[in-house]
Amino acid sequence: MRRDLLTQLNDARRERRAAVLVTALEGGEQRFVTPELLASDPLGEELDAALRAGKSRLVEHDGKSYFLTVQVPPVRLVVIGAVHISQALAPMVKLAGFDMVIVDPRTAFATPERFPDVEVIADWPETVLPPMKIDRYTGICCFTHDPKIDDPALEEALRAQCFYIGALGSRKTHGKRVERLLAKGFSKSDIARISAPIGLDIGAVTPSEIAVSVLGEIILALRKKPLRTEVRP
Amino acid sequence: MLASDEDILGQAETWVKAGKGVALATVIETWGSAPRPVGSHLAITEDGHFLGSVSGGCVEGDVVTEALDCISDGKSRMLEFGVADETAWRSGLSCGGRIRVYVEKVA
Repeated sequence: MRRDLLTQLNDARRERRAAVLVTALEGGEQRFVTPELLASDPLGEELDAALRAGKSRLVEHDGKSYFLTVQVPPVRLVVIGAVHISQALAPMVKLAGFDMVIVDPRTAFATPERFPDVEVIADWPETVLPPMKIDRYTGICCFTHDPKIDDPALEEALRAQCFYIGALGSRKTHGKRVERLLAKGFSKSDIARISAPIGLDIGAVTPSEIAVSVLGEIILALRKKPLRTEVRP
Repeated sequence: MLASDEDILGQAETWVKAGKGVALATVIETWGSAPRPVGSHLAITEDGHFLGSVSGGCVEGDVVTEALDCISDGKSRMLEFGVADETAWRSGLSCGGRIRVYVEKVA
C-alpha cells in the first residue's frame, strides 16, 4: 500500500468521511476514491454498492480482480448523563471498539476523575450535539431521567436517524416521554425507534449489569441488519 | 491490547512514520466458517511486531513470515489457507474454513 494512501484512509476515518481504497490484485495499482469521484470511476457501481453495505469486499471487473477497502465512519456512542451506569459502560464500550462521548451539563457529575479514559463534555445536549454531526453511525443512550437533559438529545437523535436510541426509565416514565415527543410533532413510528425501558431483558440489577444489557442491545441494533448507510460527499 | 481494524491502519502509519519497514496483510476472501471477516487487517513490522489478526491465531505465524519476506523484497503476495492445505497440520484453519490473504508492503 502506498504510504500517502494509508494516510488518506486514516484521515478519512478520523474525520468521519466515507472512502474506498481500490487495489488491483494483479499488478497492485491502487487509488483512493471519495464519494464525489464515484461517478467518474470505472468501478463506480461496485464502489457505490460496497460503500452502501459498509463492508470491504473483492470484486471482478473486465476479468480482473480488485479489492475494495471500505472506510465508513466508525461507530460512535453518545451517552447523555455522567451517571453510575455510564461509569460501568465506558470501559465496556472501549473494549467493544466503539468511540464514546459522555455529555452532562451537571458539572458535579461530568468530571474527568469519574471518567478517566473517556471524553466528557460538561454542557447541554442541545449545545453539544449539533456541531458533533451525529449520524447513522452514531448511537445515543439517555441515562439522566431528566426531561430537560434527555429530551433534546432524543429529538436530535431521531432527526439524525441514529442506528440506536435508548432511554432509561420505567414504562410510566417512558409513557410521559412519548406524550412530550408527540406534542413536539414526532410520529408514533419515529418514537417507536426509542428503546425504552433501555437494554435487553436479562434481568439486570446493578449498574454494571444494566451496562451489559445496554451494550448488548447496541450490538444487536448494529449487527442484526445491515446499517442503512448513506453516502455523503 | 485489543485493536479495531482502524487502529491497526493507524498503527501501521505510525510505524512507517517512525522509519520502520511495514507490511499489511488483509483478508480478501473467505469460504465457509472463517474466524475473521473480509477486510480484517494484520500489520507487521520488519522487527516482527504485529497488531491485529487475519484468523483466530491459526495462521498468523505464517503470515508474519511471509510479511517479513515482503518487507525485504517489496513484492505483494497472495496467501491461501484452509484445512485442505498441505500445511494443514502446521498452520491450517481448524474451523474448516478457507481464507485468502493479500500481503503488501507499505511504501
